[in-house]
Amino acid sequence: MRLSRRASLSRCSVVMVNDPNFRPWDDPNTKPLIDIQNVTKKFGDFTAIDDLSLKIYPKEFFAILGPSGCGKTTLMRMLGGFDAPTKGSILLEGQDLTGTSPAQRPVNMMFQSYALFPHLSVGENIAFGLKREKMPKADIKIRVQEMLELVQLSELEKRKPHQLSGGQRQRVALARALAKRPKLLLLDEPLGALDKKLREATQFELMGIQEQLGCTFVIVTHDQEEAMTVSSRIAVMDQGEIAQVAPPETIYEAPASRYVADFIGDVNIIEGRVSTTKENAVFLDWHENEVSLSALSDQSFTIGSTAWLSVRPEKIQIYKEPPQTNNAIAGKVLDIAYLGNVSTYHVELSNGQVIKAQETNAGRSANRGIDWEQSVWVGWSTDAGIVLSQ
Amino acid sequence: MKPSRLIIAIPYLWLALLFLAPFFIVIKMSLSDLAVSIPPYTPQLDLSGGWEAITAYWAALDLENYTWLADDPLYINSFKSSLIIASVSTLITLAVAYPIAYALACSPQRWRALLVMLVILPFWTSFLIRVYAWIGILKTEGLLNQLLLSVGMISDPLTILNTNTAVYIGIVYSYLPFMVLPIYATLEKMDWSLIEAAEDLGSSRLSAFWLVTFPLSLPGVIAGCFLVFIPAMGEFVIPDLLGGSDTLMIGKTLWVEFFSNRDWPVASAVAVVLLVLLIVPIVLFQRQQQKLSEAG
Repeated sequence: MRLSRRASLSRCSVVMVNDPNFRPWDDPNTKPLIDIQNVTKKFGDFTAIDDLSLKIYPKEFFAILGPSGCGKTTLMRMLGGFDAPTKGSILLEGQDLTGTSPAQRPVNMMFQSYALFPHLSVGENIAFGLKREKMPKADIKIRVQEMLELVQLSELEKRKPHQLSGGQRQRVALARALAKRPKLLLLDEPLGALDKKLREATQFELMGIQEQLGCTFVIVTHDQEEAMTVSSRIAVMDQGEIAQVAPPETIYEAPASRYVADFIGDVNIIEGRVSTTKENAVFLDWHENEVSLSALSDQSFTIGSTAWLSVRPEKIQIYKEPPQTNNAIAGKVLDIAYLGNVSTYHVELSNGQVIKAQETNAGRSANRGIDWEQSVWVGWSTDAGIVLSQ
Repeated sequence: MKPSRLIIAIPYLWLALLFLAPFFIVIKMSLSDLAVSIPPYTPQLDLSGGWEAITAYWAALDLENYTWLADDPLYINSFKSSLIIASVSTLITLAVAYPIAYALACSPQRWRALLVMLVILPFWTSFLIRVYAWIGILKTEGLLNQLLLSVGMISDPLTILNTNTAVYIGIVYSYLPFMVLPIYATLEKMDWSLIEAAEDLGSSRLSAFWLVTFPLSLPGVIAGCFLVFIPAMGEFVIPDLLGGSDTLMIGKTLWVEFFSNRDWPVASAVAVVLLVLLIVPIVLFQRQQQKLSEAG
């Protein structure tokens, strides 16, 4: 019995989310699991989702990321069937989901509040969905055991939700949502209620479970670190629209707009005018009497147009003497923040803009001989930054 | 004595003086015999007679009235009839109150305070006046019959007043808030994402109600049932004003024994039996409440 259970779990093909070869979105022959087509959702006069289209592929761990009020929860609720789109349609494996109730969809949701039934035990909570689909009792028992093993709660089957810790409740909620083997699992801020340490551990566990089951996960979160850690692709949302959909490293290193660059991690953005372009390098005049700054871009720019150079603090070096790099600017140290693993220097440029430069504290002494009010140079190579048109 | 203890002592003193003491007087009365005197029973305790008088007094007390109650079908029937009327009207009240409480809990936040106040509003008028008002509504030439006749639903006026139907209407109407409020309190606390979770896991709206909403509102339902059943069991005003001569309820029987027959000992015995019968649901209710406060 035990062996066959193991076998049934391992039968699901194991796909590593972080496998660089797992890129179904680049393959035109892959059929999407979820196809969101021009969906608009209005609540009265308020447009929560504005003409949004998105494809999510099988076995993806897809993150929807955005600040509160950006429409990410609305989008998830429409996938779950709790809200209906005002316009447009959502297809699951090519079939239109319009008009199907949450109960009829092969989609399950892990609620932000976990929504465990307080009057039922852990085992009964997990069995709830299975009983509704009239699964034979013996099979339900096996499946419940299997789910309990998956989330490592086998000893707690008889407990009631109020006798569990926050982390345990989160696992029960996950087990309950996965028990029906949904084609798509929706996770609404699944780790929001956990403390930082537990959250990080659980992120990796979630990835492990997702890989083990080979089920498609869509996670909604406002925590960019969480989205970066777990997902194969991230959709960054802004006021009901998608600002960018891409794998985490693309989102971070090649953001599509200032909004995305600013939302994910720390960033320096310098406004300027395009002076010249050479191959895929773009030169920006950003201040009179200063040298042009250069960075890469895939986009084409017309000379003289306004553009923004985005460069991450950890890619900027700080120098006491004028450096030999491309983008070297003189400035004055305003502030130094020692964070243990790194130190962040706030350097004021001649136009008054403050640039953040982050230096790794490789040695035990964080002292670089740089002090407050000291004149320094900051510099970065051309391929460290990216020029954005919006 | 510390001042804080003194403060705690006040409610106990209150209970001892105004509940326990009268209760013992009633028990004593129920063990006495009917007599043509003031007060209308013997023996009377006469301490001036010394120890002998006290022993004679004790010897005169007996359980005769209780055996009388057991022998006369009138009393057993009154108890039975009260039990049936109280149970049935509790169930009807539940059926009427649950949808009201559910609607209240689902109503928009800004309306709730007002709607809850509307449920409590009838308490601002005297209970007696409200029951009298039902006479005006239910009597043969009353408002209800006039309405039904004028819309042509009936050709002859219905006889509702002075029947058990009128008693049920009166009890359900009077005790409705006691059922609505505890159910509303449990429903209002409920996390509605539980219903969405149930639907997400494959239940229909209706089965989500029976599998999740109703079990979770059960504490409120139980509290409401006790709060209606217990006073309805001993109800006197409603059967007296709205019921007919054949409406048997223990409260009415009690009144007749006390004031028409002036048989205080038998009336007291009826009262004691009623109390003992009610202690069972009261203790159950207390236990339920305690369990709730421990769980909550």
